[in-house]
Amino acid sequence: MLMPKPNGATIAKRDEIICALQSIVSDECVITDEEELRAYDCDGLMAYKQIPLIVVLPETTAEVSKILKYCHENDVKIVPRGSGTGLSGGALPLADGITLGLGKFNKVLDTDFDNRCVVTQPGVTNLAITHAVQHKGFYYAPDPSSQIACSIGGNIAENSGGVHSLKYGLTTNNVMGVELVLMNGEIIRLGGKHLDSQGYDLLGVITGSEGLLGVITEVTVRILTAPETAKAVLLGFDTSEQAGDCVAAVISAGIIPGGMEMMDTFAIQAAEEFVNAGYPLDVEALLIIELDGPDVEVEYLIERVSKIAKDTGAIHIKISQSEEERMVFWSGRKAAFPAVGRLSPDYICMDGTIPRGKLSEVLSGMSKLSKKYDLRVANVFHAGDGNLHPLILFDANNPGEFERAENFGSDILRLCVSVGGVLTGEHGVGIEKRDLMGEMFTEDDMKQQQRLKCAFDPNHLLNPGKVYPTLHRCAELGRIHVHKGGVKFPNLPRF
Amino acid sequence: MTKIIIPENNDQVLEAVQWALGDKAQLDVRGQGSKLGLGRPTQADHILDISGLSGITDYQPSELFITANAGTPLKDIYAALNEQNQQLMFEPPDYGSLLGGMSDQGTLGGLVACNIAGPRRVKAGSARDSCIGFHAISGRGELFKSGGKVVKNVTGFDLSKLITGSYGTLAVMTEATLKVLPSPENTRTVLICWENGSISDKLGNQAMKEALVSTNEVSGAAHLPAKIAARSDVEYVKSTGCAITAVRVEGPAPSTAYRCAALKAIFSKYGDVEELHTKKSKKLWKEIADVSYMAANQNSAVWRLSVPPTEGANVVRRILENCEADVMYDWAGGLVWLQANETDYASQDSVRQSVAKVGGHATLVRASDELRASANVFQPLGSYMAGITKRVKDGFDPEGILNPGRMYKGI
Repeated sequence: MLMPKPNGATIAKRDEIICALQSIVSDECVITDEEELRAYDCDGLMAYKQIPLIVVLPETTAEVSKILKYCHENDVKIVPRGSGTGLSGGALPLADGITLGLGKFNKVLDTDFDNRCVVTQPGVTNLAITHAVQHKGFYYAPDPSSQIACSIGGNIAENSGGVHSLKYGLTTNNVMGVELVLMNGEIIRLGGKHLDSQGYDLLGVITGSEGLLGVITEVTVRILTAPETAKAVLLGFDTSEQAGDCVAAVISAGIIPGGMEMMDTFAIQAAEEFVNAGYPLDVEALLIIELDGPDVEVEYLIERVSKIAKDTGAIHIKISQSEEERMVFWSGRKAAFPAVGRLSPDYICMDGTIPRGKLSEVLSGMSKLSKKYDLRVANVFHAGDGNLHPLILFDANNPGEFERAENFGSDILRLCVSVGGVLTGEHGVGIEKRDLMGEMFTEDDMKQQQRLKCAFDPNHLLNPGKVYPTLHRCAELGRIHVHKGGVKFPNLPRF
Repeated sequence: MTKIIIPENNDQVLEAVQWALGDKAQLDVRGQGSKLGLGRPTQADHILDISGLSGITDYQPSELFITANAGTPLKDIYAALNEQNQQLMFEPPDYGSLLGGMSDQGTLGGLVACNIAGPRRVKAGSARDSCIGFHAISGRGELFKSGGKVVKNVTGFDLSKLITGSYGTLAVMTEATLKVLPSPENTRTVLICWENGSISDKLGNQAMKEALVSTNEVSGAAHLPAKIAARSDVEYVKSTGCAITAVRVEGPAPSTAYRCAALKAIFSKYGDVEELHTKKSKKLWKEIADVSYMAANQNSAVWRLSVPPTEGANVVRRILENCEADVMYDWAGGLVWLQANETDYASQDSVRQSVAKVGGHATLVRASDELRASANVFQPLGSYMAGITKRVKDGFDPEGILNPGRMYKGI
């Protein structure tokens, strides 16, 4: 993975930049010591590391604004960072860039139950929002598996998902407003406690923009009343086709479960060995379907789902009889990554989305690739929304094996795109999938996306080298290619 | 001379935009024109009518999406979805009669371009939450796409959100993909009939709030003051002479029955509580979505205010200090419709300021072309927002050839 060549001139004026930052924030908020900088050298994609030029930890929006304005005027690159749990390298530092950490923005500002929203600083963790409101029976719905550590600002940057997104939406459907600092230091507010933001939906494009468009300094999110009850049913199938049929049949019956997760044999066995969740070991596919809502609705739907499962060939059907049992069902799924990780020195976690109906085609394609690359793969799958998480096992100590695993992963994502899916469902492009963007988008598609970037950051100073494989200069992107010269467009019907 | 260009396929749209770009001619981009009354009137050299780009291209009910050409009539979309017992989750309103035109008009492209949503907005989001991918031709004369056909997708910037609600000012959409959901098995509505005809709207807003913060998964909450309720075609709502608060639940039959009972228990302290079942319930919510109560008297001005739900009644109280108007509330108070006999510049300022005070925005939905052309239709933007809006526009349509001025002067 090649990053843009560091700018020697920036590195040469490091001391000057440090002085400038110290004039904006208090001295202890500027980190310059190499040992301390090392703590920031990667995010959740740990295969790639880079010590940042400087780390700055501002405490107020005004400070963020001044820092960005300084960088804008002095041509210094900047990498925003939340909790650093991202899995695609979006917060990978730059040798010639400042890493701007938002960890000090850690306060919940306003819990407004009547308007069903929470106003918070971006460094607050996902789970802390739920903790702030659960005493009144509310919660924040998107639940990425890193929710104990990941920040809400990072969730917005990545448009994080979770296991409940089929019913409750992704981050983008649950964010109502942000305060955003633009690269030139301007502070704008998008949305708020009202439901529709005005003008162009900039809130919508900020969400999932991976830190390329601005720095979020305040967030307003929607909270929901917690469902009265939740029950899960554990289903085992002889084949993944049957499990896929079951998923399709549940949806065709008009049922949208709170969660619908699938695991393959390898993942089932690894999880079972690790946590003893009571998973059947004689099946090729395991489904966990969770229904939530009022008691009467959950009872009614779980019966219908069980019948559908039976009709589509489930050989194991077990309905949770208590809250404890429901948690046990989930324990194996939630521990799937570490459980598989135990079986191998290293693994990488992929993240593609496919149309649900293409599942068995993709799984069989993946097992062919597994043979080709001679590497094992385990699969966990947000079946409800078609989001696949293949875990590729490898040993980084064997020369060439990491590269082989990466190539295997790239082939899996190409396979996802070829069946009508996409490169990433919830982890983001970052650096990990940057060079695969061309599999999904034409040059014109990507240029148009980058023109949006130019509106926010004309000098490509915010998180450069991420998401887009080629950085076109904004002046070049702005040029219009006019097809003139006497062509009369004879094919156009005119009236 | 104004030309009306009606392309039959995407290549012809591309040609048309390239031709306009070369000639520096401005285009009024439209589908069936059913929402031309929304936004500012566009003064363009030619009309680019994309209603010829019609047809559903990919609909897979078990994948929960529908893809269609932008000019596809909405009634074709609804018919296809109905057949599979599915629906667009954001409950698109039909503003045909409100805007003085016909009902049952409009295209998919127009619906997405205007980002409008009905009462289910409180639970299921707006058009922007449902649009997951599109193809379009930018004002630079280039075909591009964004998003895809799967809901969970974070590959690249989410331009689907940007194009939704951009009123055709960034690109000419040629195809859009929307997520769809199963239609609910059952719908029920609980009505509070406020005996005292002159009860304050504040109480109605309070009741809606109580419904929304309960665990009853409410999918619609509206308050109709007595004067508005009297304009309903649903017999009970029309005839009581009361102000009416309506709260809807949808889902499997046993669940709606249970939740309906729970809501009635919450509301019993307020007055008579009545229940509407599927058919009448649907009729009432269509009226509310379509704002049909304000369709008559086309010379009156209609405002749409988006505010924090608990501020709905407060904002209205402040506005009514300066002008006379009829009001109704949707989205649990977060969406206020205001029908004023006349709208002069002074009352416009009063509306805008009252809304800005609580954080929100006001749109002048119905007014004469003359007024809409000379005034701001949407809440004016601050200088930083105006700056970034202009830069975004320039990235897509640098020569300003697509629907010039439809949203703001110069945008």
